[in-house]
Amino acid sequence: MYTQAMDIPSPERDETARGGPRSVREAEYEAEIDAKVARGEFIEAKDWMPEAYRKTLVRQISQHAHSEIVGMLPEGNWITRAPTLKRKAILLAKVQDEGGHGMYLYAAAETLGVARDDLVDALHSGKAKYSSIFNYPTLNWADIGVIGWLVDGAAIMNQIPLCRCSYGPYARAMIRICKEESFHQRQGYDLLLTMMKGTPEQRDLVQDAVNRWWWPALMMFGPHDSASTHSGDSIKWGIKRISNDDLRQKFVDAAVPQARVLGITLPDPALKWNEARGHWDFGPIDWSEFWNVVNGHGQCNRERLADRVQAWEDGAWVREAAMAHAEKQRKRDRLAA
Amino acid sequence: MTAATQTHPAHLEYVLRLADTSLILGQRLSEWCGHGPVIEEDIALTNIALDLIGQARLLLTHAGALEGRGRDEDQLAFLRREPEFRNLTIVELPNGDFGQTILRNYLVAAWQRELWQALPGSGDAALAAIAAKSLKEARYHVQHASDWVVRLGDGTDESHRRMQAALDLLWPYTAEFFSATPVDEAAAAASVGPAWASLEAAWTGAVTPVLEVATLAMPARTPFLSRGKAGVHSEHLGHLLTGMQHLQRTYPGGTW
Amino acid sequence: MTEPSRQWPLWEVFIRSRNGLDHKHCGSVHAPDAKMALQNARDAYPRRRDGGSIWVVRAEHSVASDPDAKPEMFDPAEDKIYRHPTFYTLPDEVNHM
Repeated sequence: MYTQAMDIPSPERDETARGGPRSVREAEYEAEIDAKVARGEFIEAKDWMPEAYRKTLVRQISQHAHSEIVGMLPEGNWITRAPTLKRKAILLAKVQDEGGHGMYLYAAAETLGVARDDLVDALHSGKAKYSSIFNYPTLNWADIGVIGWLVDGAAIMNQIPLCRCSYGPYARAMIRICKEESFHQRQGYDLLLTMMKGTPEQRDLVQDAVNRWWWPALMMFGPHDSASTHSGDSIKWGIKRISNDDLRQKFVDAAVPQARVLGITLPDPALKWNEARGHWDFGPIDWSEFWNVVNGHGQCNRERLADRVQAWEDGAWVREAAMAHAEKQRKRDRLAA
Repeated sequence: MTAATQTHPAHLEYVLRLADTSLILGQRLSEWCGHGPVIEEDIALTNIALDLIGQARLLLTHAGALEGRGRDEDQLAFLRREPEFRNLTIVELPNGDFGQTILRNYLVAAWQRELWQALPGSGDAALAAIAAKSLKEARYHVQHASDWVVRLGDGTDESHRRMQAALDLLWPYTAEFFSATPVDEAAAAASVGPAWASLEAAWTGAVTPVLEVATLAMPARTPFLSRGKAGVHSEHLGHLLTGMQHLQRTYPGGTW
Repeated sequence: MTEPSRQWPLWEVFIRSRNGLDHKHCGSVHAPDAKMALQNARDAYPRRRDGGSIWVVRAEHSVASDPDAKPEMFDPAEDKIYRHPTFYTLPDEVNHM
């Protein structure tokens, strides 16, 4: 799942993305690309594109892919402990969907001329970012429902506009992803509704999970527009289409009545309907927490990355052996021919 | 099978063996989700886990009906105790490395394929229907796992060494697939399903050439005989159930 | 990582969701051999009963036209309007022909 919080500038990489002096021909091309995007046309893999556009895409798509893969871990934490066989199957299929989405996105990034293994290396070495939300722990079963309801809900809001983004392979991957992901939010909400109909202890579990995930979910939309220095080019290129604050407001407006139906309290005393704005007002976000987690100091930052690295290293002999066998087989086939 | 029908206890035992073997292997495979050697394989293993859990749900529901005490799939999966489980011991063993997991998948899927193939002739119509559906799944599982066994057995020196070690570890547990028990005799006599001993020749005939192509040496049979299908398990099942049954045990009477 | 990168080759995946339709490109997978490429495509793409037939092709074996040559490749078709049915105006009585 994608979050706009990944749209966080990283100074050293931005410099390279800006590129050096351009030739006249390049400037012409670039104007042509800008016009194409403005007309709502797609850029395809083999089309010429400005280096900054290509680099921004590689960064965004690969971070999006990494987020899907790392995002398998917090929910995966509950697969073996799912309380019914139906819920186990639902959760397995959902986490698998995320793996599939990671794969579609890596494939989209690869059309830009990068190797998947290099992208994965960048994740493992800590150079590439993934969505910060996955650095929070899943502490009780209701977390699985709340992730579906709030985290996937926020992600879907971010992802739908990307189905119309200017880069064809990314847009097509997003269409497939959105189609598969649209019901994850319903699934999560259904899980919570069921628990709310259960014992008082179960209702406490739901409230506890909502208390922990509400604010991180709001942070998923990224810094306030006034503090977000990075959106200019992304909006021009149609890689990002709606502002962080607009999406966040839309999310809050949708979540408040849903919380009421559920019968839980959102942990924000400042939450209040504003008749004049026609929106829900909400309290200030603790951005210091946001930046702490982005910068590696969340509960699970180290564990998530260590898990991924471990899986990759444990799999090295398997990947190696499969290649070796394929080569042997090719040689044998050649001899037999 | 109506509630009024008197069910032979061996019939229920027979179905529980199949149900629990699918359930526990599905549970083990689901541990891989998010940790596979490459994302494509992660997705493939999860598909197999989902097939197995799907089989377990159908079979446990059927077992609950046979038992006639009103227990559904979840009460049977989450509220039975360790000695009440009837799975083959091999599926409760820890996953080990990817090679060990895939080799176990192969040995078990090849056995399940023989069994599902024989069950459409069952006098138990519900079991026959489940078998027909499961057979398609088992055929794919056999294909997937046998390709991998060959790749890894005949891959690099390291992969060969790991696969041989996995085979040496797992092989003794396959004796349980075919050991004769009173349950088999009664189930076969009542036309519920084949006695498992009758499946051995076909299974060995299928497995031997694959292990040969994989350049793996088949270990000799030993007197070791695991007895999970009779409810006597390894030390591993208790730990597996501790996690699997955690929520149902901690919050009794909950709705999930 | 320590060992040199030996990434599995890339395969393009085409799926026909049911007979009567074209195979349609839907993405790609990595696999060391054709058999696994097919299996990986089967496990990753038609997860929701939307598959009928799968083709996999090594990505390096596909040959693409040059986007910069688009004018000479495709524009010449533009003025051949006699290739379209609407070019031929017939009397109203038979115009549904």
